[in-house]
Amino acid sequence: MRDLEERLMSRRDLLSGMILGLLGLAGAVVSVPILAYLLSPLLRPADQEWRDIGAVDDFEIGRTVLVTFGEPSPLPWAGQTANTAAWVRRTGQTSFTAFAVNCTHLGCPVNWQEDAELFLCPCHGGVYYLDGNVAGGPPPRRLWEHELRIVDGRLQILTRPLQVA
Amino acid sequence: MGILKGVYRWLDHRLGIWAALRPTLLHPVPRKVNWWYVLGSAALFAFVFQVITGVALAFSYVPSPDAAYDSLVFITDEATLGSVVRGIHYWGASAMVVLVTAHMIHVFLTGSYKYPRELNWLTGVLLLALTLAMAFTGQLLRWNQDAYWGLVVAAQQAGRAPLIGDLLVQLLVAGQTVGGATLTRFYATHVFLLPALMFLLIGTHVYLVLRHGVSEPPVPGEPVDPATYEERYEEILRTDGVPFWPGSAWRDVIFALAVGAVVVAAAVLVGPAELGVRADPTNVDAYPRPDWYFLWYFALLALIPPATETWVILGFPLVVGIVLLALPFLSNKGERSPRRRPWAVGIVGVSGLGVAVLLWAGLRAPWSPVVPPPELPPQVTEGLTGTSRQGAALFQQEACISCHRIAGRGGEYGPDLTHVADRLSREQMTWRILYGGGGMPAYGATLSPAETQALLDFLQTRRGP
Repeated sequence: MRDLEERLMSRRDLLSGMILGLLGLAGAVVSVPILAYLLSPLLRPADQEWRDIGAVDDFEIGRTVLVTFGEPSPLPWAGQTANTAAWVRRTGQTSFTAFAVNCTHLGCPVNWQEDAELFLCPCHGGVYYLDGNVAGGPPPRRLWEHELRIVDGRLQILTRPLQVA
Repeated sequence: MGILKGVYRWLDHRLGIWAALRPTLLHPVPRKVNWWYVLGSAALFAFVFQVITGVALAFSYVPSPDAAYDSLVFITDEATLGSVVRGIHYWGASAMVVLVTAHMIHVFLTGSYKYPRELNWLTGVLLLALTLAMAFTGQLLRWNQDAYWGLVVAAQQAGRAPLIGDLLVQLLVAGQTVGGATLTRFYATHVFLLPALMFLLIGTHVYLVLRHGVSEPPVPGEPVDPATYEERYEEILRTDGVPFWPGSAWRDVIFALAVGAVVVAAAVLVGPAELGVRADPTNVDAYPRPDWYFLWYFALLALIPPATETWVILGFPLVVGIVLLALPFLSNKGERSPRRRPWAVGIVGVSGLGVAVLLWAGLRAPWSPVVPPPELPPQVTEGLTGTSRQGAALFQQEACISCHRIAGRGGEYGPDLTHVADRLSREQMTWRILYGGGGMPAYGATLSPAETQALLDFLQTRRGP
């Protein structure tokens, strides 16, 4: 009698083990596409593209101006966030510098002060000189730079992903 | 009346409502349970309110970066009573953060997290984390400048994590930059993922309250002993217990109604959070600030030395989380009364004071330069002539005033210069202006010698009476 019960129990154990195993397997199979879909931002390669930001002669030597340009492959509904901005300075006939607007401290947008020739960050008082070097405050490094090139008299800027210090 | 009774009897027989509700409604609670016990149920009421108003808002809100802001303008300005619904959701969120925190403080001070209610505490800690996550994701959905730049700041903080920093950033903003894919990610998190987790945890939390009973108000000198606690608690319920409904529930109802009245009054009289300026990565006139419940943390990050920042950004949430989760295992027996637990009272007092001071600092944000530079007050500039007048103009143009205050105008990041000439000699000032140091930029390359002299002439006029 006792033997039979034990044998029956082991059969039940096997059955419940099989049911749970089957459910677990099904769950694992279904979660593959879901997880891959949710993690897809990690799987996409980092996109960088050259963007036209105007004729070289539109830029005055020795002046820093805010330019706006499109992000690489924005989604159709991105609205304003399809665009981004950078501070561009013409330093000579054919030489330019371009800084990302994000403070290297925590990413707030830095503000160019024309007369003082400083970038001021309104969040925690980060200050940078016109060449992007840290002038004061908490920033751990100089402003991030964008690559620039001149093609047929037009200035082009290379987009860049959100930078992290 | 007879028909109604008949219908009720029929339904009750088929559904078994009373049989299911009876043990919940009539579960005995210690008679001495007092007004401090209403905080948890009020948080639950607030959550239900948030779900209802949230669903209502979702009828009109468009979670797309090109339309989200406009749909909120529509809800606020055009939809019938839309501003009140948004207001209730906004103030309800504040109420929830306050109530959940207050509930936790009460449970901590009365030692109610001790044996056998460790899991009540743990689910509560997770619910606090989820409440804060809801608050954060919710304020991002406004998709204004604060939301956009706040998200950039959050991403920068996540990016400080070693090894996985870049991955976290990409997961958080759903790509290489904050863009089209970002908002839907936070929307889905705010309206589906986090609420689902909260329903699950609230269910567990309430179930645990019923399973272990509402803790009796602590009595000094009656410590918790796991060997005998449950027996003693049963004894209290038997000899001095009342059914939860209505003997204890009336307090919960009155308090929840009072909270509801305050929330609705604030929604009507003050209204929802300002929408501000539409999110725009190309608009650098932004000064992102979190809603008040994160303002103290924002202040903390601003005030600590930059060298310690990464440690605090990563370590602070980690340490607080670990301490809270470990608490019921580190101390799950012994005295419950705050009168016998000076450390508990001290910890709450010091933390509360710290948060209050940081909140106050966060509201003033003296570390933020004033951009664009404001003009000097007229009483400072009138009467100035020649080079000192020129120097006063330079003080504004060169953005000195963005960080230095004179006669109540200007930033507070640097020292107040109202009476600077009493403190510093001309040589000392020259040195500081030309070479900078600390938070001060070096102006040696920007100012001509004549401009420097003019600025110094102006600063020399700044003397006390």
